[in-house]
Amino acid sequence: MRHLMSPLDFTTQELDKLFDLAGDIERNPGKYAHACDGKILATCFYEPSTRTRLSFESAMTRLGGRVIGFSDANSSSAAKGESVSDTIRVISCYADICAMRHPKEGAPMVAAERSGIPVINAGDGGHQHPTQTLTDLLTIRSLKGSLGGFTIGLCGDLKFGRTVHSLIHALIRYDNIRYLFISPEELRVPDYITDMLRGRGIPFREVIRLEDVMPDLDLLYMTRVQKERFFNEEDYVRLKDFYILDAQKLARAKDDMLILHPLPRVNEISVEVDDDPRAAYFKQAQYGVYVRMALILTLLELA
Amino acid sequence: MLNVGKIEEGFVLDHIKAGKSLELYEHLQLDKLDCTVAIIKNARSAKMGKKDILKVECDIDMLDLDILAFIDHSITVNVIRNGEIQEKKELVLPNQIRNVIKCHNPRCITSIEQELPHIFYLADPEREIYRCKYCEEKYSAIAAK
Repeated sequence: MRHLMSPLDFTTQELDKLFDLAGDIERNPGKYAHACDGKILATCFYEPSTRTRLSFESAMTRLGGRVIGFSDANSSSAAKGESVSDTIRVISCYADICAMRHPKEGAPMVAAERSGIPVINAGDGGHQHPTQTLTDLLTIRSLKGSLGGFTIGLCGDLKFGRTVHSLIHALIRYDNIRYLFISPEELRVPDYITDMLRGRGIPFREVIRLEDVMPDLDLLYMTRVQKERFFNEEDYVRLKDFYILDAQKLARAKDDMLILHPLPRVNEISVEVDDDPRAAYFKQAQYGVYVRMALILTLLELA
Repeated sequence: MLNVGKIEEGFVLDHIKAGKSLELYEHLQLDKLDCTVAIIKNARSAKMGKKDILKVECDIDMLDLDILAFIDHSITVNVIRNGEIQEKKELVLPNQIRNVIKCHNPRCITSIEQELPHIFYLADPEREIYRCKYCEEKYSAIAAK
């Protein structure tokens, strides 16, 4: 029995297989419409996350399975003081697979250690969010044709952005990728990441102005400056509008550049960009369903 | 100079950083062993100026040397049999330590679920960096010394 705790749990060969399966699901959804008949997914969400939870629910429903669960800790037995270990032992009796989101880091791993069913980490605090990374990888692979041979610009909050760190860790396993880190001084990518890239001889550059590097990019990964990461309102207000991607900035980009965003956005991508053919962030949400479908099938050994 | 008698079977832990012997006593859980223990504090040392020494008379498989290596792998461990030094053990950093240090990350699941063990794994042997198994919070063995 396997679980998914980190995007690095799968080898690149295993990821290829997963993404091939997701591609087949995209092309032939009917073939998989009953693949999970009689199976139950438990969504144990100890903190609200409409997007991820609905994506999992959509994935299981499209596979013909059913979904049970809770969407915040107050409506679960955690409010009565039950431990994650006890909860998962009980859930193992009710469901065949579990997607767990928890505000405490490592909670899904504790569940996986005690679980009788596969556990998927659906986000644990600021630690890991592996299905977001798998979504990003599948989107890039599907729309660019391969995971390598491009220049990616990561823009916005590169200091606290969990999705950015996780994506970099996943991408460094592929060849011939150049990184451009675009952020204000206060939100630069952490040293341990630049040290890691230097140590592996992977090319990267850190810049402040998005406009300066726009023509070089094959992929632009935008992120939101998250209010909850700041201790004072003043810093947040100063930095939140630092990068706003609009049609004017986009005019200098390559015609086939892709714009990605883990969503939700606040104002960092102007709505006028949504209709640009390079905007891929809503397609990304669709790929999120395909990759979760492929993941459920793989972990249930139904693939 | 203070004289402490020879031991027949057990360990002499030498070159302990001065003042650290009581910490070792605690981590090795010597209070729970029914054996003779001598704690020598601030002994003169040509190499270190001052050092602590621990002499423990016990079966030689009774001590967890992994924990010792984590606390300070520069300690010399002399294994004593029949009153003689039979072996000098080399300490290597353990790959995993359990319930020796606590994870202090307030966002870690161990902060709210008290019964969970505090497990750290060796993430970077060169820089002696351990990380919490659950949240990957860093613990630097070097910085703590």
